[in-house]
Amino acid sequence: MSQFVRFTIDGTECMASRGQYLVDAARENGVFIPTLCNYPGVKPKGSCRICTVKVNGKLMTACTTPVAEGMNIENESADINELRKSIIELLFVEGNHFCPACEKSGNCELQALAYRFRMMVPRFPFQFPNRAVDASHPRIIKDHNRCILCKRCIRVITDESGRSIFAYRKRSASVEVVVDPKLGKQLTEDLAQKAMDVCPVGSILVKEKGFHVPIGERKYDKVPIGSDIENMQSTKI
Amino acid sequence: MSKPIVATTSLAGCFGCHMSVLDIDEKILELIELVEFNKSPIDDIKKFTKKCDIGLIEGGCCNSENVHVLKEFREHCRILVAVGECAIMGGLPAMRNGIPIEECFNEAYLNGPTVVGNDAGIIPNDPELPMILDRVYPCHEIVKIDYFLPGCPPRADLIWEALVALVTGDEMKLPYEVVKFD
Repeated sequence: MSQFVRFTIDGTECMASRGQYLVDAARENGVFIPTLCNYPGVKPKGSCRICTVKVNGKLMTACTTPVAEGMNIENESADINELRKSIIELLFVEGNHFCPACEKSGNCELQALAYRFRMMVPRFPFQFPNRAVDASHPRIIKDHNRCILCKRCIRVITDESGRSIFAYRKRSASVEVVVDPKLGKQLTEDLAQKAMDVCPVGSILVKEKGFHVPIGERKYDKVPIGSDIENMQSTKI
Repeated sequence: MSKPIVATTSLAGCFGCHMSVLDIDEKILELIELVEFNKSPIDDIKKFTKKCDIGLIEGGCCNSENVHVLKEFREHCRILVAVGECAIMGGLPAMRNGIPIEECFNEAYLNGPTVVGNDAGIIPNDPELPMILDRVYPCHEIVKIDYFLPGCPPRADLIWEALVALVTGDEMKLPYEVVKFD
């Protein structure tokens, strides 16, 4: 069996290593599939559904689906992008996302995706949930208003023996991500910064610094999210 | 043909969006060639004197007066545009939305660290004062809004592009760099 598989994305012939997830396979072919809960290097969860594509006509999450020979993938179509846009809108109304007051604005993946999908206003009613800001940890602020429960921090930030420093607390609609009270002390300065970088929104912020990059020079000020992948020369095998 | 008529107002806003309108710099000369202003803080006309084509709304609705003005704008303007984050989603004033109104008043007039000289413990309640709403409402939850221009404030270029497109009937070209939420 060959090590490589052939497949198409929006009609374009692509090639990737067998077993790669669709998101990664697409990236290697210069195609951007938007992701939010997915993070390089950790096991995909497929929970946010932003990366939904049509594989041979069936909706599937591109971050959890391995590429296979002969797959026909639909990615940049009007109805799929509309679906993705409505997920972004739902996330915006579900929490309290006051972009002008957020330190992560301009570097926020949720906001960047809203820009990419041209969201001018969410079509759904704002929920304005009553949520707290937890500033009890000496190194970080955990703002529950902005958390989208992607679990990226829980999955990525671990101590030396592999235990997650962040954890879920409560259940269902009141679930929130917190610093594990027992392991919180192990959140070093480097890990705190890493946690802030891993967070796709502004829910984890490092204390005593902020707004270092001026408006106009932030990550998504000038170019849409994913344009680095799209402008990349595709690495044809 | 007479010029299109524009009206503007600031509800629960900070006038930053109006400042951004002025930020179009010398294009303001083109603007007054292009449109006529009616009720607006820019020309200080306080009451509608005729039907308008475009109404620009800054800020959301935090009290009964905001609701009254917004409904008046809907009645008098053919097209209503929500300008800025506050008009679109309540913005910073909406940060009080999770807090009961009584707690807000107590903080502002009785217990806040900057409260001085209110020994009688009075919370303003003159019938002349507009009633504060239970929460801050985005404009489109009160009346129908036709267009939304995000930003805090929306970039001057965005307001300009949108206004010109509305006036001339051309397609709105909104480059990536000008559509921002902050």
